[in-house]
Amino acid sequence: MNVIIFGCGRTGAALARMLSSNGDEVTVIEREPEHLARLGHDHGCRVIIGDGLDDDVLLDAGIRDADAFIASTRGDNTNLMAAQVAQTRYGVSMVCAKVNDPDRAREYRKMGVFSITPNLLTAGMMRDWLLGRDFSPIDAYNKAEGEG
Amino acid sequence: MYIVVVGGGNVGFHLTKMLLKEGHEVLLIEKDKHTYQQLEPQLGSVLMLGDGCETRVQREAGFARADCVAAVTGEDEDNLIVCQMAKNTWGVERAIARVNNPEREALFKELGIDGVVSATEILFNLVEQEISAGSIVPLAALRRGKIEVIEAVLTGRSPAVGRRVRDLNLPPGSNIVWVVRGEHGLIAEGDTELEENDLVVILAPVEHAADLRKVLESGH
Repeated sequence: MNVIIFGCGRTGAALARMLSSNGDEVTVIEREPEHLARLGHDHGCRVIIGDGLDDDVLLDAGIRDADAFIASTRGDNTNLMAAQVAQTRYGVSMVCAKVNDPDRAREYRKMGVFSITPNLLTAGMMRDWLLGRDFSPIDAYNKAEGEG
Repeated sequence: MYIVVVGGGNVGFHLTKMLLKEGHEVLLIEKDKHTYQQLEPQLGSVLMLGDGCETRVQREAGFARADCVAAVTGEDEDNLIVCQMAKNTWGVERAIARVNNPEREALFKELGIDGVVSATEILFNLVEQEISAGSIVPLAALRRGKIEVIEAVLTGRSPAVGRRVRDLNLPPGSNIVWVVRGEHGLIAEGDTELEENDLVVILAPVEHAADLRKVLESGH
């Protein structure tokens, strides 16, 4: 699989390493060069320093041939915008944004943007662990809390 | 009209003041406490502290009854999200976004924002017009943009003043078709002598339009 990951924070870097060691083609886009150190050595990923919202950066990253696009910067809005660019403008079939605000995540899921909300996921998994339950499917955590 | 403005920088502040002056009901949302405190003495109850991207803040601000939401922060991402949520979550009729990076203007429209305002684009156009002020202004494009209709006012320093049309070294394929002198329009002919303050209308192939400056403007 050809995967583009925008945002080399802890989440993005961990995902990049996992996929790369699984044999997938991974391209990491990161605005801050020093954050790329999180990838460690021999990560096997292609790295691009730039803004994953810019068309020329995305094209350089091979967005036209990408099977998946992951937006995992620390900004919810950046991730939601980048995900929509990948989905709407470039028609990438699998797109996922990291969105910390559960409300915003829910509103955009209604609009067709898939996202994962780390804090809900963490809280839900902790709850399940405390109550001695098996872990649930992702949707159960995504919908676990928040207004509406 | 009830208008919610998100982002209390210079643009947001002045926009809010102008809208108030026009008699609209306005609320300005600013997320930075320091900026909020600076604005408070001037705006008072029209001002709200909060992140305009959050649904809780949007609900309190009354997005549901807003006629228009204007997102004018310095961050394009934030402006996009505010506008999309205004439209999709709250059903706001008109959402206007400021776009700081002019390359994103088209994208914002693709993503459903009605009004996209690019300050850079506006300034660029103004500067372009300013450069051509008193001289060369494109009026229209013919043949899918291959031919331009151009208007130029001849200043006293224009090298064309005092010369006949046929003596001008106009770019290939270009011609002066019309001269407006004072109140009167004249069909430009080879021996029409150009005067200061003449307004000339020119047809020029688009690739040569820029060369008209050499012929008509001072300083070339």
